[in-house]
Amino acid sequence: MSEFRNVSSNPHVRSGSTTTNIMLWVIIGLCFPAAFGVFNFGLYALVLILLAIASTVATEFIYEKLMHKPNTIGDLSAVVTGLLLGINLPSTAPFWLPIIGGIFGILVVKMLFGGLGQNFMNPALGARCFLVISFPRLMTNFVTDTYTGATPLAALKAGEEVDVMKMIEGFTGGVIGETSMIAIVIGACVLIMAGIIDLRIPGSYIVSFGIFVILFGGRGWNPAYLSAQLAGGGLMLGAFFMATDYVTSPITNVGKYIYGIILGLLTGIFRIFGSGAEGVSYAIIIGNLLVPLIERWTLPRAFGIPKKSRKEVKA
Amino acid sequence: MSEKRKGALGLPADTPLERFLNGIVVENPTTVLVLGMCPTLAVTTCAINGLSMGLATTFVLALSNLVISLLRKVIPDTVRIPAFIVVIASFVTLVDLLMQAFVPSLYEALGVYIPLIVVNCIIFGRAESYASKHGAVPALFDGLGMGLGFTCSITIIGLVRELIGAGTAFNIQLLGEGTIVPGPVGAFLGMYTPVSIFVLQAGAFLVLGTLMATMNRINRKRAEKGKDVSKYKSGGCMNVDMEIPSKDKKEDKKEDKKEDKKEVSAKEDGKDDKAEDKKEEKEEDDE
Repeated sequence: MSEFRNVSSNPHVRSGSTTTNIMLWVIIGLCFPAAFGVFNFGLYALVLILLAIASTVATEFIYEKLMHKPNTIGDLSAVVTGLLLGINLPSTAPFWLPIIGGIFGILVVKMLFGGLGQNFMNPALGARCFLVISFPRLMTNFVTDTYTGATPLAALKAGEEVDVMKMIEGFTGGVIGETSMIAIVIGACVLIMAGIIDLRIPGSYIVSFGIFVILFGGRGWNPAYLSAQLAGGGLMLGAFFMATDYVTSPITNVGKYIYGIILGLLTGIFRIFGSGAEGVSYAIIIGNLLVPLIERWTLPRAFGIPKKSRKEVKA
Repeated sequence: MSEKRKGALGLPADTPLERFLNGIVVENPTTVLVLGMCPTLAVTTCAINGLSMGLATTFVLALSNLVISLLRKVIPDTVRIPAFIVVIASFVTLVDLLMQAFVPSLYEALGVYIPLIVVNCIIFGRAESYASKHGAVPALFDGLGMGLGFTCSITIIGLVRELIGAGTAFNIQLLGEGTIVPGPVGAFLGMYTPVSIFVLQAGAFLVLGTLMATMNRINRKRAEKGKDVSKYKSGGCMNVDMEIPSKDKKEDKKEDKKEDKKEVSAKEDGKDDKAEDKKEEKEEDDE
């Protein structure tokens, strides 16, 4: 075929972004909290993270081999899942915990539903919730040599005062990657500047959560309490790295705001009215399940189609 | 179509053995027909519960099938559902009182699910789609087969959930702390940490899904081999034959009533009849 006739259909102008590229940026962004976690909790944390990554990648590879499907570990999404899962474990977790979590996250949450793009919830968070429900004692054991007290959020829930500066810096107990607000925000800035994520979801999430805390937290406008709530637990990590997962968040701009607000409300409800101190993972998972509804709701009108026939377009 | 209609597994249709195996393998109520999900998901926290629930259901299913089949010419069409309920409820009351008297601990464990056997859609489904149209002996064996198929499925689900979720099987500690296995093997098994999500509700769905996938695969393999092409191309509710019921349904029924127990009329309308059966069961399930 001659050069002249070899014309493909549109789009003709493409951006360079591929799944692999985007995942690579996410990995770079996640490296900041992960690195701080390793620095904070010691080398065993690194072992846990690497085991989680190995487990997710191996599960995806073996599943696709067995099912005679094209190999997709090259798109690095399994690495991101593993990394996210790894930094969502407490540093005291036994070595088999990330392995089981990785297998569950990839096999049940992702691959059984059709692989990347088809998973109805974030695989890493699905795996984390599976582990929290299955091994509640192991998954909430935050007592290490350095940190013997309760996590800041648990202390806050119990009505104790916490050192907000330490929480922002990250020298507290908790899961590996969630403690340092600074490291997470640096990682998030990298992603925002690279154009991978935008502030719609994290912004509306954090702001709506903050308003919820002011209204229902029982302490009114109390900057110390508010900033402790914002810096504590997995809120920052969840807002910037998990809620923004492309597959499990809405694609419309209005939908992103709605999604963020739902997450903020749910997190607030879980943290303030729930029995546990933390609720980010459950909030995001429930938010994930609502995404198809949100998208249906906020689907923009196609150009040239009158308003009344919107329903037909959706159907 | 051959002279003698073929049923499940290539056996002649509506013979006791065919009905029996049909319920356990080909049309397993849990994994193929997807009926009776409420007890399947709710009581299978351990194998003993699953087994006893299954046996209680089998008892009710077999006897109600038998009685309904015997009464099928007496019961007027218009009030058949209430009539079925009366028959089924009597047997459930029987089981309820017997279990309360002889196995009180089990009765406590199963709780409200024993009286709820009354509304188990497997029993209704079989009464409506099989027992009310066929003779007493095949109906009895149909009930037995369906009941044992149900028992097998929910015992397996219970066993898997119990083993993974608590490390026990029929209340015997096999895995985890306090294992009864001695020696180094026991020491190895003792390191097991129970995955408690499996005794929770989510675990029931995980195990049930896996079991259904396995059964679908087995049934599909068998269908591919040509051993059983009577109804299922590949098993599973996706492949339920959604043929529109033939217009002469009413006539069919009248004919049926006139006929002897031999069911020779089914020879001609066999296929449509089956399609109808499936459809009715599906509706039952939807309700």
